[in-house]
Amino acid sequence: MDLNLTAEETKFRDELRAWLEANVPKDWNEWREKPLEESFSYLRAWQRKLYEGGWAAVSWPKEYGGRSATLMEQSLFWEEMARVEAPPMANSLGLGLIGPTIIAYGTDEQKKRFIPKILSAEEIWCQGFSEPNAGSDLASLQTEARLDGDHYVVNGQKVWTSYGWIGNWCELVVRTDPTVAKHKGLSVLLIDMKSPGVEVRPLKQMTGESEFNELFFRDVRVPVANILGKVNDGWNVAVSTLMYERGSYGARLHLLFKRSINRLIELSRTFQKNGRPAAEDPITRQKLAQCFAEIEIMRWNQLRAFSRVTATGVPGPEGSIQKIFWSELNQRIQQIAQEMFGPYGQLQAGDSHAVDNGIWSYGYLRTRGNTIEAGTSEVQRNIIGHFVLGLPRSY
Amino acid sequence: MQFGLSESQQMLKDNAKKFFAGECPMEEVRKLMETDTAFDKSLWAKMAEQGYTGIIFPEEFGGVGLGKVELALLMEEAGRALLPGPFFSTVALAGAVIDAAASPEQKKKYLAPICAGDARSTVAFLEAKTSWNPADIQIVAADGKITGEKLFVPDAAVADFIIVVARNGVFAVAAKAAGMRIAPLSGMDLTRKLYQVEFKNTPAEKIGDVSAVATAFDVATVALVCELVGGMQRVLDITVEFAKMRKQFGKPIGMFQAVQHQCADMYLETESSRSAAYYAAWALEESVPDASISVSIAKMYASDAARNVGNHGIQVHGGMGFTWENDVHLYYKRAKSSETAFGDSTYHRERIARLVIDAGETLAKSA
Repeated sequence: MDLNLTAEETKFRDELRAWLEANVPKDWNEWREKPLEESFSYLRAWQRKLYEGGWAAVSWPKEYGGRSATLMEQSLFWEEMARVEAPPMANSLGLGLIGPTIIAYGTDEQKKRFIPKILSAEEIWCQGFSEPNAGSDLASLQTEARLDGDHYVVNGQKVWTSYGWIGNWCELVVRTDPTVAKHKGLSVLLIDMKSPGVEVRPLKQMTGESEFNELFFRDVRVPVANILGKVNDGWNVAVSTLMYERGSYGARLHLLFKRSINRLIELSRTFQKNGRPAAEDPITRQKLAQCFAEIEIMRWNQLRAFSRVTATGVPGPEGSIQKIFWSELNQRIQQIAQEMFGPYGQLQAGDSHAVDNGIWSYGYLRTRGNTIEAGTSEVQRNIIGHFVLGLPRSY
Repeated sequence: MQFGLSESQQMLKDNAKKFFAGECPMEEVRKLMETDTAFDKSLWAKMAEQGYTGIIFPEEFGGVGLGKVELALLMEEAGRALLPGPFFSTVALAGAVIDAAASPEQKKKYLAPICAGDARSTVAFLEAKTSWNPADIQIVAADGKITGEKLFVPDAAVADFIIVVARNGVFAVAAKAAGMRIAPLSGMDLTRKLYQVEFKNTPAEKIGDVSAVATAFDVATVALVCELVGGMQRVLDITVEFAKMRKQFGKPIGMFQAVQHQCADMYLETESSRSAAYYAAWALEESVPDASISVSIAKMYASDAARNVGNHGIQVHGGMGFTWENDVHLYYKRAKSSETAFGDSTYHRERIARLVIDAGETLAKSA
């Protein structure tokens, strides 16, 4: 056990720090509040810059344009990005989830065709997994792909698709064999979103914004060459994408949470509660301290999981702990913010009485989705129960 | 950066697990808990042979000279076994205080026999008002003598000398010292006996300043947290095994999500406590700036987690979990006793609040 950085890790961090210092955009604050539709080209340019510096996908193997970074180095990467308040990258799903899946399962042609443009943000990717009737029970999905000569013909509907409105390509899970058990008849297709028959609609969520889309496919023709992995092996391909999702998601959250709690602590010194600063209210102090502590534990959990994964080589079901931990903690952080601000907590962006221009009212609503997206807490607990503890499958 | 155990650390942990499983199985725990002191001399001698009694102490006093992480791992395994008797009191508590406070001559006198396995000890700290703040201590030593009452002193009846924290210093009092009276308290945890200790003009040897206690208590607190982690792991293991085997409505109850999700929560809280405990042990060993705060984080989290894990464990066992025969209640009681020792979660949250809200500090963590 040694939590000091190794010489290589220090070198990695210092090189990154120097690069970020010289290249991170200074005007992100003017953009960050704007709708994604407006800021997207800005984020694209930023990813392009990272790509040119060789920093767009540090976790990817060197031969595909990454740095073959260890998990610890990946964690350092996200920490440094958060430290300088760097903007997010435009093609986050392509870089984080879909690119690694193509590297793992793709043919040489697919890798050559797709990987460079994922890195450069020239092609934005979205992910078509969930359906109106297939959420946690993903394998029951109904979008079908019927073979017709050298094409598949796709019909169906997907929901909760991030980046659907801007996506050039989509990693789509479809049913290619309806006659076998539900996990065994799935395949993954890489679909050009400009194909005739693809329709994208905005999905307005409870925050009032439309981060997500619904996708409709009507007789969409997809070349057979665009299947990712083997026919009817789509479940394994999809699960591997989900593992990347759970593994890397949490790594970048620690400093964001830390920034939230530090801001709350700062505000607690002046914000009045029951006629005195909230920082002097015993209950508020207890709750702030609890969140502060859990944010640290979240990081230690991650570091331990990284060390385990480094030893075993693949992301495993441990990711489920991280997912439960960060999503529930994020909700508690927002709840203590609401308790501290009282009636001010509900005020939204644009209201002159709102705290921090409404980020806390937004955060309270947005984090409600955290225990649902990327695998509900219930599914994560099923995964721990069955795959970690060896209890019989409940479903 | 590597947050896993090294090969030698893993070996120490595996060996300790094997040792306790062989020398201190649950039958032995149950036998010892029915005795007055829960102390087994021959078990103690075997632990000394393994080097456990001197694990973190300097070699010049007969110790093994290992670090806090190794102590943490040993305590985890002791916790899994629910080891009865004065090991924690002697090594992680009294030993740590002597090591932090005493002069080399006094260490030869008090620490060396602990390392050798020849002496047991404990620390008398709390008084009637049960404050963990040394500033609240009432007992004052005068002319090498102390008078007053200490409460909740673990394992006092088998201590060869008792380390007493007074307002004006840390003192050693011999077991048979004049004017000392030791009376058992009837605590729920029968595996770790607690005592009331009265002093009346009792001769006491000063071994150091009260300021030395803080560091030593950080070590003891982390050791106790690790013991809790081992206990949680055992409760989780027992409960998962039970859930796989016990059938109702024709199915193993572990198939029902209401049961499975409780087990998942037990796992999550056990693993998170372990992360916090290991980090705190490492931070103490390396004397990193946030060491003290990470001790509080670990104690805060594990104090609540051990209770939660016990609650779920008993609940999943159903009626069986409420019987004396089932082992879970033994861990549940140890967890309650350890929850309040060195401050419960409320105490440590307030301690964290003072450090991060009042002092305006935030954990320096550029990693």
